[in-house]
Amino acid sequence: MIADRIANGFSPFVIPFLLGMAFVIGYCIVGMVRIFLQLPGEDRKKFLVSLITPATIWKNVRDLFLDCLFHVKLWKRKALLGYMHSSIAFGWFMLIVLGHIEVALFLPHRLKTFYYPIFFNYFVAEEGRTLKGSVFFFLMDFFLLVVLSGIILAMIKRIRSRWFGMRRTTKLTAVDTIGLYSLWLIFPLRLLAEGFTAHISGGSFLTMPVNWVVQHVFSSPGFFDNNLHMLPTWWAYSIDLAVFMCVLPFSRYMHIPAEMMLIPLRNAGLKIRNARKGFAKAEVYSCPSCGVCIDACPMTVKKANVNYSTVYLNRQIRRGNEEKIEEIADKCLMCGKCSTVCQIGVQGPELRVAQRAVRKYAVPGDFSSVNTVPLTLSAGQGTGNVAYFAGCMTALTPGISRGVESLLKKSGVDYKFLDRDGGLCCGRPMLLAGRLKEANQIMAKNREIILSSGCDTLLVSCPICYKVFKENYDLEAAGVKVVHHSVYFESLASSGKLRIEHDLLNLVFHDPCELGRGSGIYEQPRNLLALAGNLVGAAQEKQMSICCGGSLGSLTLNFQQREDLTRNALKNLCADVPDIIVTACPLCRSTLRRYADRPVLDIAEVVDRFAVTGGLERSA
Amino acid sequence: MIDFGFQKAKSSTVNLDNVDMRLYYALAEKEPDIKRCMECGSCTAACTSGPFNGMSLRQVIHGLQRGTDVRQMVSGCMLCGKCSMVCPRGINTRHLLLTISRIYTK
Repeated sequence: MIADRIANGFSPFVIPFLLGMAFVIGYCIVGMVRIFLQLPGEDRKKFLVSLITPATIWKNVRDLFLDCLFHVKLWKRKALLGYMHSSIAFGWFMLIVLGHIEVALFLPHRLKTFYYPIFFNYFVAEEGRTLKGSVFFFLMDFFLLVVLSGIILAMIKRIRSRWFGMRRTTKLTAVDTIGLYSLWLIFPLRLLAEGFTAHISGGSFLTMPVNWVVQHVFSSPGFFDNNLHMLPTWWAYSIDLAVFMCVLPFSRYMHIPAEMMLIPLRNAGLKIRNARKGFAKAEVYSCPSCGVCIDACPMTVKKANVNYSTVYLNRQIRRGNEEKIEEIADKCLMCGKCSTVCQIGVQGPELRVAQRAVRKYAVPGDFSSVNTVPLTLSAGQGTGNVAYFAGCMTALTPGISRGVESLLKKSGVDYKFLDRDGGLCCGRPMLLAGRLKEANQIMAKNREIILSSGCDTLLVSCPICYKVFKENYDLEAAGVKVVHHSVYFESLASSGKLRIEHDLLNLVFHDPCELGRGSGIYEQPRNLLALAGNLVGAAQEKQMSICCGGSLGSLTLNFQQREDLTRNALKNLCADVPDIIVTACPLCRSTLRRYADRPVLDIAEVVDRFAVTGGLERSA
Repeated sequence: MIDFGFQKAKSSTVNLDNVDMRLYYALAEKEPDIKRCMECGSCTAACTSGPFNGMSLRQVIHGLQRGTDVRQMVSGCMLCGKCSMVCPRGINTRHLLLTISRIYTK
């Protein structure tokens, strides 16, 4: 049986804990309300509706467990890193939950006190052993051991981060350091405090041996007759909890409460509309500064660029350091790899675009003088349901459009070439620069040209155009299907309209950021290439592919700085000694070609070399 | 005056002492790259906007060096970035254009 040991159920040592807890809860409630109020009305409604939709409720609960407690994404990345984070998060969570269950089972009249579940062992005495009691003591000790193992791993990670799959880790701020050490201290102090009372309150495999040790160390006669001597450890435990909670809102540990807000916001389908308010703020505060994005960022091949990774953008936004924020926002290549590896899904590129959009330009873009009549007229001519839009970047690499045209002819497709004599830019580079008004002007003009062609399929060679046509042009609604040439020729090949002869050349495929991470197309180009040659892998590919360094996303990276990124991307691609580097983007092709020691070709050029005329006709 | 059927051409002399270069110098301070430009015109040749609205980065830079107003031309840039791909001097032309758009006071 477990009974109250202290009649009034109070001891002054709980006061620091209560103050810390009140501060944290107050801070978080104010923060949550502020974020909610900063959302535009439409988003607010969307969020509230999602909170009562069963499907999103289930998704929220699942994400809260999988992301916040089990850190599933980190487990997939590196088991040791996943164990370290989830042991602390889940272990601590279980200690709190089990503490509440204990109080509810044994001392239900104390449930209304806030501190009983935390300091349970101080306030109770074990009057008789029961199986139920022992099971709970065992579980409490077990989860304490889990947390302690995580803390030991965290200490090792400070010195040997490579064992955890991380080459670089985040530089801590002063407040983060206080938070870190107070967090590390919480659990040893809890063990010590419970060890001091274990002979009264009961304990299990961890607390009982500690109790035995302290009894022998402090073996002055009558020492343990007086229960007062256990108080210093409980005071220390409570004060340490209070210190941790007081620095929490100003340190990276703010991610613990912020993520609980971010997950429902994300599942409600909200987007970043302002770099500093609402959803963006929830993302920034949810960043745990784990530093996984540092190794992922292609710019960090140069040591100097480490400071431009997303973790530091979040930190500077929290600090409000405008100069640094601008610098970081402008440098990024927008390759999206940081968002892919981020365990809580901070949208690095979207945050930066929102930040760039704040900037004022004295000379606004004006495209009213652009005369699109000749383009719409020529687009309207000819038959053919397939309209080919090569994209302006393809004009620098005419081999691509030649390859595409040749393949279209070989497979007998009736097509029209929309921008043979030059066309407008798709507007995505403008969009990435944060100049939304200008981008909308360009997009409206382009949309007009595309629709006047009367096609039902828009074939695109450039992944940058592909992404913006898909996401911002609203073409599907107008009955136009947007398709990238790698996907289109793959479908032609699999339906037999295009026959490709196999060769023994080793080919490696470089995933363009906008096609891979940006649009989720990984398999079709690979399937197509496997028909033409022997597909070999790169060191990092698909979601983890490395940006070629030519990205239009970056505004300030200059020619010399980009060289290192390109060379690094090439090194990654040549891991399996391919004969030809194949990509599906005119910009990647031009950029990689600059420093490559072997041919760099577009997928259309490679396939065209091996494609045999009219597969179907031949068999018929 | 006797009409010979032809006239003297108007002087094309540029008196650099009378040119207002303040904007160019302010720009060169922010974008030192601009001093590397040799006005080869590769950017203009590659430009997407050029054929549609007369945008020419070469003329923009030249205009800034001659103190003329280039705002109208700069506003026609679509930021497609082809100029930076072809620049033989490796100038970050996209950022240069963005800076020019910001450097005017109104």
